[in-house]
Amino acid sequence: MKPNEKLDIRNILMDLNKYRPRRRGWTWRDIKPIQMGEFRYEQVSQGLTNFVPLPGARYLNNIDPQPDAVITSEIASGRFEDDIRRMRMAAYHGADHIMVIRTAGQSHIDGLLEGTPQGVGGIPITRKQVRAQRKALDIIEDEVGRPINYHSYVSGVAGPEIAVMFVEEGVNGAHQDPQYNVLYRNVNMLRSYVDAAESKKIMAYGNMAQIDGAHNANATARDAWKVMPELLVQHAINSRMSERIGISPDLICLSTVPPAASPSPDLKLNLPYAIALREFFDKYRMRAQMNTKYISSSTREATVTHVLNLLISRMTSADIQSTITPDEGRNVPWHMYNIEALDTAKQAMAGLDDLMSMIEFKKEGYLPNKVREIQERAVLMLEEILEMGGYFKAVEEGMFVDSGYYPERSGDGIIRKSEGGIGNNTIIKRASDYLAPVTAHYGYNNVEQYNVEYINDPAKLIDKCTFEDPDLIQYIDELDEEDNVNNRLDDNEKYRSSSLIKPEVQWLGDGVITFDLVFPVASDIAEASALLVAKNMGLLQPEIIHVEVLHPSEGTRVQVKGVLNFDIDTSKIVIPKKEKLLDDDEITNYVKKHKLKVVAGTGGNDEHSVGMREILDIKHGGIEKYGFDYTYLGTSVSIEKFIDAAIEVDADCVLISLIISHDDIHYKNMKKLNDYAIEKGVRDKLLLIAGGTQITPALARKQGIDQGFARGTKGKDVASFIVKRHKQIHES
Amino acid sequence: MKNRSDDYLERRKHLSKLSKSELKEYFFELTDKILDPLLDLSYEYTSPAIERSVLMRMGFSSLEAKGITDKIYEHSLLEHGAGHLVYRYSKDKNMSIREAGLAILESDAILYLLEVFK
Repeated sequence: MKPNEKLDIRNILMDLNKYRPRRRGWTWRDIKPIQMGEFRYEQVSQGLTNFVPLPGARYLNNIDPQPDAVITSEIASGRFEDDIRRMRMAAYHGADHIMVIRTAGQSHIDGLLEGTPQGVGGIPITRKQVRAQRKALDIIEDEVGRPINYHSYVSGVAGPEIAVMFVEEGVNGAHQDPQYNVLYRNVNMLRSYVDAAESKKIMAYGNMAQIDGAHNANATARDAWKVMPELLVQHAINSRMSERIGISPDLICLSTVPPAASPSPDLKLNLPYAIALREFFDKYRMRAQMNTKYISSSTREATVTHVLNLLISRMTSADIQSTITPDEGRNVPWHMYNIEALDTAKQAMAGLDDLMSMIEFKKEGYLPNKVREIQERAVLMLEEILEMGGYFKAVEEGMFVDSGYYPERSGDGIIRKSEGGIGNNTIIKRASDYLAPVTAHYGYNNVEQYNVEYINDPAKLIDKCTFEDPDLIQYIDELDEEDNVNNRLDDNEKYRSSSLIKPEVQWLGDGVITFDLVFPVASDIAEASALLVAKNMGLLQPEIIHVEVLHPSEGTRVQVKGVLNFDIDTSKIVIPKKEKLLDDDEITNYVKKHKLKVVAGTGGNDEHSVGMREILDIKHGGIEKYGFDYTYLGTSVSIEKFIDAAIEVDADCVLISLIISHDDIHYKNMKKLNDYAIEKGVRDKLLLIAGGTQITPALARKQGIDQGFARGTKGKDVASFIVKRHKQIHES
Repeated sequence: MKNRSDDYLERRKHLSKLSKSELKEYFFELTDKILDPLLDLSYEYTSPAIERSVLMRMGFSSLEAKGITDKIYEHSLLEHGAGHLVYRYSKDKNMSIREAGLAILESDAILYLLEVFK
């Protein structure tokens, strides 16, 4: 795959029945210090072959340092075929852990789903969809040059079957935690633990990374920061259970969220908790999740919360750094917000590189005292669970997800009964001759009744199971003639194979656009007015997605989304042709022959100098290297001075940098420059060239000057233009 | 649970003398005590989902695994293990594992197994 080629979804779907995953198990990053440009990074990993660097990297030779932690992107659009494209975008921005959210309600489906039905808030996890996505990730990981971990959920009443399918299909990580089933999905407690043991055994065999579900307590509790002692308890129950069943501690990952969020005193609450947790669980791995509990519809606010979460990660540790999209408070994530979240993590982690080599934690006072207190409260909670008669009794009495700061109790915990919930009364005591002739089976297994030599390898009784011989796997393609990917691809095929395109936020051709406006009125009128704007723009299904009061009466900011009801035909678009540049020798020879002189500076009341220096300086590939003799006038130079100086040194060309564009001052200054040159009688032989980030070349020419250059211009573009134009004037 | 105000300072007294590492050790000791009966339960019991997962590993599709498990469950033979029944039928009737499983699903092979596992 080349970066300029699109993934062919139909090709990925072809011959899926023959696809075999190239590996099993989880991959951590290859961590080692790296020198990149002028900088040395300590907490980093191997760089990528193909990538999109942060926007500001353009000032730093487009370096793209990749942090040490595995970086997660969670994708949940409901159409796996569109999610595949987003996975590719995410991988280019640094994700190597793609977490696929399941469709609503899959936890309660007693068995595996098959085919490719569309999901809600996620995809129905089926063998075909998993296989297609893993196959696509094989292509994508080759493209970026780093293994990508694929991840979903082993939970609900079909956990063991999902675990088997995941190992067969090379899924690299999964959430698995019976407490999640019990507390939030009301799956029967006994069934949950019996199934979990089997699931964990299967995951251990497949070397899958396991992430627990403790972060849900955080999202559910009324005051999330009060649930800290319980979080330690929940982590302990799942981690130790997993370890005792056979999952390697370095694949047992605690899903830990900083429970509080600003405007509460974020670090004062979250830092002691983060340290308390890491002290107790130092042999396991940390999957640092971002806070979702206090997320609103403001993407800016969510981003700040998440940057503070990243600070905690850097001050303590994160083996997997999860990213939460800043739009999660208002819709299932859109393409661009997955990318924003990834860039937020990448930017913050590079920015905080090696922080703890410069600072250290206080050894006495609030911080260590609070750490100890949280740990002691957790110990006390475990003591009481045992006193109550064990885990099931404690859940029956509502010990978990109570809003009190343990040992304080508010009496509002989640209550589940041993004889209740989905799948109640479905566990069965194994008979003395119970047998399961397969690999990675947990618990009592009477293999010796048939062959005592196979006790440690029960699958030998049947020669091999699917874990040893993938050709035994029975692949089901589609079950539903209507609800499947083939029909969805046919429906929007024109956006795949013709010149038509439409903007999108999650699905090909969904047509959703969003815009942002301010009305100088109170919010109720502003919202109604914003909807009218959308209607008059011809948008379908207009909806307000965010409102912010700038002032109760002076102004309201409204963000709106709607669906565009027309296509763009790219075959009818005229793209301005790029000017063909002269080669270096031709420019140099001409400049020397004519001894070309240039006067340059930043015009008006404008102190920006970086852009102009890049156009001039030899070390940035500026025009100096072609032999131009230039006079640099500095910044905030008056318009008249450019012309006067040009006359004084007998220059051939004026280069003016105009960055400030408020009220079109940049265009007004271009016109002024042209007018003054005419007034002084030098316009005929003097070239006038303007540059700046907000300049449109055609509009610049309209002001009377020779050319305008926009962002991304290099010295060579300007040098080549000057030579061509000078030739036109003087040699024709 | 009943409402209870924060009696942490009272409750913690016996923990105050524990060192950092002792507190951590005690924390996991308590965790293991809570887990012992849960792991015993998991060792001794099975479930329809576990049995379906066994059949999938033996080379049956999810739909076949569900059908076979349901049939065995209805005849109260799941305690012996669904994979066991398939294995036993294939052995006794000299069939492949797949043929044996599909025979349980589609024929009255279950009647034979009811006799074997009486």
